[in-house]
Amino acid sequence: MRHGRYPFIIGFLVVPVALYAVFVVWAYIQAFYLSVYEWSGLGPVTNFVGLGNFRKMWDDTLFWQSLKHNAFLLVLLPIITIALALVFAFLLNVGGGHKGGVTRGVWGSKVYRIIFFFPQLLALAIVAVIFGRVFGPDKSGMLNGLFPESWSPWLFLADERYAMACILIVLIWQAVGFYVVLFSAGMGNIPTEVYEAAAIDGATRVTLFFRITIPLLWNTVQVAWVYLGIAAFDAFALVNIMTVDRGGPDGATSVLSLMIYRNAFEFSQAGYASALGVVLFFLTLTFAALTLRVTRRESLEA
Amino acid sequence: MTDIFTKPELDRRTLLRRAAAVGLLATPAVGMLSACVGSSDEGTQEQATGTKSADNPLGIDPKAGVEIVIFNGGLGTDYATKVDTPLFNKKWPEAKITYSQTEEISTVIQPRINAGTPPDMINNSGSKLMDFGAIVKAGQAADLTDLFAAPSLDIAGKTVAETLVPGAVEQGSYDGKPFAVNYAYTVFGLWYNAALFKKNNWTVPATWAEFTALCDKIKAAGITPFGYAGANASYYMVRAIMTSAAKIGTEQVLKDIDNLKPGAWTNDAVRQAAEAWAGIGKNYINKTFLGLRHTEVQLQQNQDKIAFYPCGSWLENEQAKDTPQGFEYAIAPYPSVTAADKLPATAINAAAGEIYFAAAKGKNPQGGKEYLRTMLSKEAALEFTKLTKSLTVVAGASDGVVVSPGLTSANDAVTKAGKDLFMGYLFDTWYKKLDDESRAAANDLMFKDYDAAKFCDRMEKASQAVAKDSSINKIPRN
Repeated sequence: MRHGRYPFIIGFLVVPVALYAVFVVWAYIQAFYLSVYEWSGLGPVTNFVGLGNFRKMWDDTLFWQSLKHNAFLLVLLPIITIALALVFAFLLNVGGGHKGGVTRGVWGSKVYRIIFFFPQLLALAIVAVIFGRVFGPDKSGMLNGLFPESWSPWLFLADERYAMACILIVLIWQAVGFYVVLFSAGMGNIPTEVYEAAAIDGATRVTLFFRITIPLLWNTVQVAWVYLGIAAFDAFALVNIMTVDRGGPDGATSVLSLMIYRNAFEFSQAGYASALGVVLFFLTLTFAALTLRVTRRESLEA
Repeated sequence: MTDIFTKPELDRRTLLRRAAAVGLLATPAVGMLSACVGSSDEGTQEQATGTKSADNPLGIDPKAGVEIVIFNGGLGTDYATKVDTPLFNKKWPEAKITYSQTEEISTVIQPRINAGTPPDMINNSGSKLMDFGAIVKAGQAADLTDLFAAPSLDIAGKTVAETLVPGAVEQGSYDGKPFAVNYAYTVFGLWYNAALFKKNNWTVPATWAEFTALCDKIKAAGITPFGYAGANASYYMVRAIMTSAAKIGTEQVLKDIDNLKPGAWTNDAVRQAAEAWAGIGKNYINKTFLGLRHTEVQLQQNQDKIAFYPCGSWLENEQAKDTPQGFEYAIAPYPSVTAADKLPATAINAAAGEIYFAAAKGKNPQGGKEYLRTMLSKEAALEFTKLTKSLTVVAGASDGVVVSPGLTSANDAVTKAGKDLFMGYLFDTWYKKLDDESRAAANDLMFKDYDAAKFCDRMEKASQAVAKDSSINKIPRN
C-alpha cells in the first residue's frame, strides 16, 4: 500500500505548513523587506533607505545596551537553569541511593516533582505581576517585608545595579521546573544496570552524577541549552510588565524584543523595528547553530 | 499625556494578551501590519455626502450610518452611549450609529486604517493610542476646518471654534490645519488633601521658599512632603519641571522645546526649574517611589502618607473608589521658583487632551464630524463633565454646577489664573522618543543624581538627535 502513503502524509501536513508559511515565513520575509524602508507603520511603504536603519542602529546606544542585557541573559540563564535542573533531577531520580535493586530519588521526590512543575503552569504575565510584588521596593514588597525593620528597603527593580539580576532570577525560577521534568525523562532512559555496576564499584553519588548521568544525558542538555538561549533572546513579557519605566531605570533592563515592540507600536518606527527584528533573527540563528556545533564536539570528546 | 486616561490597573485579559505578544513574535508582527498595506489599493472607498444647508452645515447624508469607536478607559464609555449617541439621533433619527469600544485602540484601528476601511469617528487614547502625527502625515485624518467653522449645535450665534477654551483648536492642529478635537480639559498642578491641610494649619505655598519651608513642616509631621511614581508615571514629574520652566521664562520656553530649537533645553529657565526640583527630590521624596506605580503612590496620598502629588485633574475621578470619606482633593499651582519669574504664582498649565478624530478614508467622514459637533454642544459637554468629573474644552459648559471638590478647585484655579493660563508642551505626543528620554531623565534627576546640568545636557542631546532624524515627522509650533 505504498502509493497511499504520500497523500496521507500530505493530508496531515498541508494545514500546518500553510499556516506556518503565511504567519511565520511570509511575515519574516515582510520584515526583511521593511527593514530597508523608512516606514511609520501607517500608510504606504515608499521611502527606501537601504541600510540606513542598520546604520542608525549602530549609533543607537540603547541598542548596544539592550544587546548587552541579552548577552547577560544568554550566558547566565542556560548555565544556572541547567545546573539547577540537573541537580534537582538527579536528586529526584537517583539521589536516594540504591536499595533492593532499584535506584530511587530522595525522600518525597514524587511530591517535589509536582511542585517543581508548578511555575510552568502559570502564564508568564502572571509570574511577572507576582514577582513585581515580591521585589516591591517598599515594606509592602514581599522580600522587603521579610527583612528586619531596621534595614532600609532594597530597591530591587528600581536599582539599576540589580534590576537585570531580578529579571534573571524570575526567568530561572520559571524555567527550572520544565527542565527538571525534561532531564528526569532523560534519566529514566539511562539503564539502571549502569548505575548498579557503578554503585557496586563503589562510586559515590557525586561520581555517579558527573561520570554517568551527565555524559549519558548530553543530547538532552544540548537541546535545553538551545531552548534557554532562545528564551534569553526574548524576555519581553517580564521586562515589559515588571520593570521600572519599561526597560528602565534609564534603560538598565532594556532588551532587543522590547525595543522592537516599542519602536514598532509606540514610536511609529516600524522600519527600524523590522531592522532590529532582522538582527535578532540572525543572532538567534547564529546562536542556535553555534551551540549545536560546539556542544556536538564536546559530546564526542566525552 | 499618553496614558492619562488608561485604566489604573492591568486587567487579566490585557495581561494575557501581552503575554502572547512575546518578543520573538514581534518580528513577524510588524510584517503582518504591512501585509494589510500590500493588499489594499490606494483608492478611497465611496463616501456618503448630503446637501449643505443651515440645518446641515457639514452636508451629511441624513440616512448614512456612522461608525464610532470609543476608548474604554478612565472616562468610561457612558458619555458616548448614553449622551452623545441619543443626542445625535435626536437630530438625525435615520442615521444609524454603529458603536464599539476597545481598550486597545491601535490593535483594533491600525489594521483597519491600513486596509482602507476605518471607522468614521475614532477616540484615539489610552496606553495603546496611535501616533497621531503619523496618522495626519499619512493623510488618514479628516481636515476639521469645516467643523470648527460650523455653527454650534446649541450655543446660538457662535461657531464651534468660538465656543471652545483658548488653545483648544490649536492643540489639534498640524501645520495650521485642525485634525483633532481634544475634548477633555485637564488642569495640572500640585494635588493635596484640603482637609489635611486645614487640620494642620498648612497654607498653600506661592514661592519656592514657602514651598520648602512647608515641606520641612510636613516632613516633621511624619508625612512624605512630595511624591510621584517613577515606575510608570514619571511624565507627571516631567510636566512639573516643564511648568516651572514656563513660569520662569514664559511659555516660549516650551514652544522652543516643541520646535526642537538648539539650546532649548539648556536654557536658563529649564536649568533653574530642574535645579529647584532636584532640591525637592534630594530632601523631600521617598526613594522607594522610583519603583512604585501611579496607583500605589496615589493610594498612599489617599492614606495621607504623601502631601503633594503632581498630576492632572483626572486624578480625583481615577481615585474615586479609594478616596476615604473626608478626603478633599484640591489643586495648587506650582509655586514661583524665583522672584524674577515672568509668570505670576497663580499661572497654571491647563490643556486639552483626549483625541477624537474623523477618519479621512472612512465611509462617512462628514457623519463622523457631525458626531464631533454633537459632542461639542453645551448639553453633551455638561453631561460629560457630570459623568466623568472631567472638564471639557467647551468653555463654561459646567459653570455653576457643583460636581466634586477637586473639580471646583480646578475650576477656581483656572479662574484665578485668568490670562496666565498656558497650554504647555506637545513634544511628548509629537516625539515619543524624546518623551521616553524625558521620563528617564526626570527619574535620574529626582531619585539618583540631582544633577540639573546633566538633565539639561541629556535632553538637549536627545532633542537634537530627533531634530536630525529624517524618519521622524517634524511638526512646527507657533
